[in-house]
Amino acid sequence: MIAKLVSFFGDPQYRARRRQLFIIVLVMTLAADFLVPRDHVEGFWQAIPGWGALYGFVACFLIVFVSKFLGHRGKLMRREDYYD
Amino acid sequence: MTEWAHPGLVYIFGALLIPLFKGRLRQGYLLLVTLLALSAVFSLSPGQYTVFSYTGKAIILGQVDKLSILFAWVFSLMGLIGTVYALQVRSAGEHVAAFLYVGSALGVVFAGDFLSLFLFWELMAFASAYLVFVQGGKAALAAGFRYLLVHIAGGLCLLGGIVLHYAATGSIQFVPLSAGGAAFYLILIGFILNAAVPPLNAWLTDAYPEATITGAVFMSAFTTKTAVYVLLRCFPGTEVLIWLGAVMAIYGVIYAVLENDARRLLAYHIVSQVGYMVAGVGIGTEMAVNGASAHAFAHILYKGLLFMGAGAVIFVTGRRKLTELGGLYKQMPVTLFLYMIGAFSISAFPFFSGFVSKSMVIAAATGDGHSLIALMLLLASSGTFLHTGLKLPYYMFFGKDSGLKAKEPPINMLIAMSMAASLCLMIGIFPSLLYGLLPYSVDFHPYTGVHLTETMGLLLFTGLGFALFLKHLAPERTISLDTDWFYRTGARWLMWFARRPLARYEAVVSDFSNSLVIRPHTAIAKLGLWFDQHIVDGVVNGVASGLIRCAAQLSQLQSGILSQYALGIVAGLVACLLLYGFL
Repeated sequence: MIAKLVSFFGDPQYRARRRQLFIIVLVMTLAADFLVPRDHVEGFWQAIPGWGALYGFVACFLIVFVSKFLGHRGKLMRREDYYD
Repeated sequence: MTEWAHPGLVYIFGALLIPLFKGRLRQGYLLLVTLLALSAVFSLSPGQYTVFSYTGKAIILGQVDKLSILFAWVFSLMGLIGTVYALQVRSAGEHVAAFLYVGSALGVVFAGDFLSLFLFWELMAFASAYLVFVQGGKAALAAGFRYLLVHIAGGLCLLGGIVLHYAATGSIQFVPLSAGGAAFYLILIGFILNAAVPPLNAWLTDAYPEATITGAVFMSAFTTKTAVYVLLRCFPGTEVLIWLGAVMAIYGVIYAVLENDARRLLAYHIVSQVGYMVAGVGIGTEMAVNGASAHAFAHILYKGLLFMGAGAVIFVTGRRKLTELGGLYKQMPVTLFLYMIGAFSISAFPFFSGFVSKSMVIAAATGDGHSLIALMLLLASSGTFLHTGLKLPYYMFFGKDSGLKAKEPPINMLIAMSMAASLCLMIGIFPSLLYGLLPYSVDFHPYTGVHLTETMGLLLFTGLGFALFLKHLAPERTISLDTDWFYRTGARWLMWFARRPLARYEAVVSDFSNSLVIRPHTAIAKLGLWFDQHIVDGVVNGVASGLIRCAAQLSQLQSGILSQYALGIVAGLVACLLLYGFL
């Protein structure tokens, strides 16, 4: 069972199915966030529907590009033999 | 109330006998000790045990309360899991070091005074350093020495703080410290160094990936979480820790993007995750302390699981860089499956352990008015899933097929991973099991509608970002400069300074002393020698030969003829009488 599950995520023949499934799940998550009752929220952002999705996407973008910028332009990334 | 078994001492004394056993017998013995320690934790009840007096100060080895029991639980569980994972290791030394390491971490947890805390603290550093050294090879040896030097520096800071604290208060009791003063900051620095708070973080990411496969599993659990524990005891509500924690959470995530070494990537996520705990300590409310403790508990299990998963891949393939791995999902589906449970737990997916602990810290931050901190921690959550849940498994198990021959690791490794994975799920599904162990009573419900949809939105749209930016995330064959640069290149400069300016200065000084000091000294010495040989020796020899001649003359008086002696006596008597008569 585990091997089957794993091969669904790895095998190229399921690529289209995986993509469909992923889009469905994304849409459902977003829809659920708009429908969920918001009578008790802690942070101000929790009152905004769809906020989690937006923040997740923006965070991902920032983390990837700011880090790579620091790595390449900020010279944090060096050749593997830098210390040798 | 005086009877108890110290779980840490069970490990420490248990470690001493390991070399006596071999093969299956040793495996049985290792498991027996871990189970004994676990049962010792099971029978703990709050109180003070093993108290004795040393130079008039109370040394307390058993300060037992809810917080120490919580950490003892997770430490001894991880001790068991780590031991199962390491059963195939043949080197007795490695097992001994691991046991001493777990034992001393438990020693810190139950220490009621700064002195015993410090001794266990140092034992922990040395035992864990051995887990790096035993890997062998130039890189591990160098990393091990750096690790040890940094920890010795941290330990000295701590010791200095303890001495100042004792000088000021006359007490070595391990209690929350009053803010301000050199003692406060020295002890704080000693503690946050072990918690790997930037800029004191580089020892962790430098050394952990160089340790043995099983050693790294132990290391991922104990040092940083012991530090979180002592911070919780000593520094709750110390404001600076809130910011350090939040920065730390993001710092680890940024470096994880750049990292190519699988275990170093995971190590950067230790830094990131411990950031949540440090922030929780800084906030210091009951909810935050609960959150930090709960997160430490959950973290040890899922991080151990992740290190076991990555370790299993390194074990069977011998490769550790993401650029050299890939396509292993067909050969190692069970490892991947168990790894992913750890990945979902660290990413805080609902029904996995991180969800019920991480959200507590974030809620504590929000509840205490630290919205910006909460948002920074949420940002780091996205990064955690991005790397640990997506990038690492993608490039290790999926992605481009590396063509490596691989198979599932030995069964004991899979069993250890399954144990950790079950605990991750158990905590996620039944959070009350964990909440019941927390130091304060818990009024927190992680499974609310908003929290579920918010978290799923955050994580899945991070996943969307991953899918879209995949080609920007490809690992590169580089290393990243961290704060260890200062002491690694600093040491080089020091050596340059020693070889060039210092050596030249030494040459000049010795030239000067040769020409201006040594030569006159030699001339004076020669003169002295001549005087000694010709004058002093002449006088001494003359006196000696004179004495010999006198003695020879005197010896002629002893003729051995009785009548001559009688004559002598009579002459003496006459002389005495004459003398008497005249006087």
